[in-house]
Amino acid sequence: MRILGIIVVILTGALLIYAMGDFPSWANPVSPAHNHVSPRYIEKSMEETSVPNIVTAVLADYRGYDTMFETTVIFGAGVVCFFLLRIPRKDEPTVRRYRHTLTGMTIRVKETRKIPPVLEEFERIDTLWAPHDLIIKTACRILVPFLQLFGLYVIAHGHHSPGGGFQGGVILGASMILLAISHDLRTAIGRMSERVHAILCPVGVFIYAGTGALCLLLGFNFLDYGALAGILHVDPVTARSHGILIVEIGVGLAVMATMIWIYNNISSKGRYDEGL
Amino acid sequence: MIWQLDIAILTLVVVAAVGAITIKDLLGSAILFGAYSFMMCLLWSIMGAVDVAFTEASVGAGVSTVFFVAAVFRTTRRTKD
Repeated sequence: MRILGIIVVILTGALLIYAMGDFPSWANPVSPAHNHVSPRYIEKSMEETSVPNIVTAVLADYRGYDTMFETTVIFGAGVVCFFLLRIPRKDEPTVRRYRHTLTGMTIRVKETRKIPPVLEEFERIDTLWAPHDLIIKTACRILVPFLQLFGLYVIAHGHHSPGGGFQGGVILGASMILLAISHDLRTAIGRMSERVHAILCPVGVFIYAGTGALCLLLGFNFLDYGALAGILHVDPVTARSHGILIVEIGVGLAVMATMIWIYNNISSKGRYDEGL
Repeated sequence: MIWQLDIAILTLVVVAAVGAITIKDLLGSAILFGAYSFMMCLLWSIMGAVDVAFTEASVGAGVSTVFFVAAVFRTTRRTKD
């Protein structure tokens, strides 16, 4: 069976490599992909949307439907992870570990013992893996705000340079995941609770779809941002640029919340108690 | 486009891809998959698709590697087959 599988894989691969001979060569200006809509995007996108980065203009304006449903797919992935993994009832582990912050001594508390609600000199640590790594914690804590600033820059500057909602949202999410990895999951959840993810995730999709629906209400086509000119008090071309920014913010919110949501659910087996 | 660099990165892509599916240790497989994504990111940027390269670097090499590592941490590290 294994040999059969290898033969099938090699045959398919050989067929694909053989078929590659018919492809137009790389950066060939007369290849079919470059002859239908690409010239129009390259020539007109600047005067129609006033967005220098053509990729952003195509992604968020000309192919707005595509991006909207991509965002919906991301949202769906987060919701599916939540429904598959999350354990709704509070299922406490039988053993907890605490570290005395001054001496670094760890103690183990069994379930039968009463745990005082506030332990000032003790911090809770994960039972599976908890080294006392001050350098990593401090370095990551210093790194997180710069990462988040860079994420915001990527979202806001997507009109002029590579980037946009997806990449910026992933960077924002990664900053919170870095916090969860370097400290522990409870610290990250303390900064941004599960409720916040669950609200921000649909809000991002809603901003995108709502912008489209607003254009529809104003008598234009769905996701035709020129309709926002009256509301924003700018000319239709600038309104397209602003509309793209609004939509990118929606995408960024949805992607950021989904990334943290999926990570929290996977790394804690849906218990939201002890992470990676 | 420097063809020597191109060939070197393409070789690394193939090596990382074959390694990621043949290795027994799932954690190593996840790391190799991250390396594969990063090599793909370099390829995209060589070809001038900077937006795709950016997405590949952040999503493929960054967050999905973390997801794989988290999944390995919560399941088993050795593969059965």
